[in-house]
Amino acid sequence: MAAVLLSLGGVFVSAYLYLYKLGKIGSLACGAGGCETVQLSRWSTFFGVDVALIGLIGYAALLVVSLAGLQPRWSESRGVSTVLLAASGAGVLFAIYLTYLELFVIHAICRWCVASAVIVAAVFVVAIMDRRRLPQRAESGPA
Amino acid sequence: MRNFYLMLAGAAIIGAGILVYMVRRPAETGIPANVVVTPADTAGFAGYVLGSPSAPVEVMEYSDYQCPYCQGFALIQFPTVKERLIDGGQVRWRFRDFPLEQHPAARTAAHSTACADDQGRYWEQHHAVFEGQAEWAEARNAAKEFRSYAERLGLDMRTYDDCMGSAKYAGRITASVESGVRLGVNSTPTFFVNGRPATAAAVSYDRLKALVDSLSVSTAP
Repeated sequence: MAAVLLSLGGVFVSAYLYLYKLGKIGSLACGAGGCETVQLSRWSTFFGVDVALIGLIGYAALLVVSLAGLQPRWSESRGVSTVLLAASGAGVLFAIYLTYLELFVIHAICRWCVASAVIVAAVFVVAIMDRRRLPQRAESGPA
Repeated sequence: MRNFYLMLAGAAIIGAGILVYMVRRPAETGIPANVVVTPADTAGFAGYVLGSPSAPVEVMEYSDYQCPYCQGFALIQFPTVKERLIDGGQVRWRFRDFPLEQHPAARTAAHSTACADDQGRYWEQHHAVFEGQAEWAEARNAAKEFRSYAERLGLDMRTYDDCMGSAKYAGRITASVESGVRLGVNSTPTFFVNGRPATAAAVSYDRLKALVDSLSVSTAP
C-alpha cells in the first residue's frame, strides 16, 4: 500500500515538472530559481527525452506494478515483488545520477527533483521489505 | 481494502485537481509591481543609454516590451537611427521602462533585460525580447522565453537565474514608471527629444537628422 501511495505522489511530482517543461504552468513553486535552472538546463533531457517525462512514465509503471501487487492473485507473488524491486532500484540509480548532476555539474538544487529522489528511494525500501517478507511467509505456510 | 482504494481515489482526484488548477490559473508576471522604491534602486541610474555623452541630441524613450507599437519602432525605425545617428555620435538614446498594467509579461521582460545589463549585454537582450514578442506575449511562462534568449546570447545562466529569482530590479522598473508618470507619460512608446515631448514620427531618422543638422547650423561659428 505504501508503494502505491508513494508512486502516486511521484506521478504528481513528475507530472508537475513535465507540465512546466511543456510551458503549461507559469513558474515552479521553488523559491529562488534553483528549479528553473535545473529544469531548463541541457541536463533536463536524457537521450533527447525530458527527464520529467521519464519520471512520469517510471512512476506510472511503479504505480501499476504496486497496484498489481495488492491484488489477491499476486499479493504473494515473488515475481511482482521482484519487478517492483528492480524498477525502483533503477529509479534510485537514475535519481543518484540526477542528484550528482545537480550538485556537481549544474550547481543548483531543484526541490521537486529532491522530492522525487526521496520518493523513489522510499519505494525501493518498501520493495526490499516486501521482498524479505515473502520468503518468510512461504516458509511458514503449509508444506 | 475498500477503504484504501477510496483513499487512493481521493488522493488521485485531489492531485489531479491541483494540477488542473495550476494549468488553468492566469499567467504570473513573476516580477512584482507593488514594490517600495528605495534610493538604491535609482542611484546612478536614469535609463539605459546608447551613444556618445557629447551627442547634441538626446532622445528619451518610454517603452513597454509587450507593446506592438514599441516593437515596431524598435525593429523597424530604431536600427536606422542607431546606425546613422547614434553610432555616428550625433544622437544619444535613453531607454526607460514603462511596462503597462495590461501587459502582464512586460515587467518580467524589462527585468530580464536588466539582468542582461548586469553582464553587459543589455541591448542584445533588449533586441531579442522585442524580436521574440510574438513568441512570449501569449506564453504562459514568458520568463522561460526570456531565459532562452539570454542563453542564446551566452550569458552566465546561473547569474541570470539568480538575478531573475531575486527580482532585484523590480524597484528600478517601478522607479522608471514613476518618472514617466511625473513627465505625463500615459502610453507607449512616448518620446522626449532634448527633454521635450515628441511623437513617434518626430524620432524617425529623417526628422532626427534634420534636427541634428539644424543644431549644427545654429551652433556653427
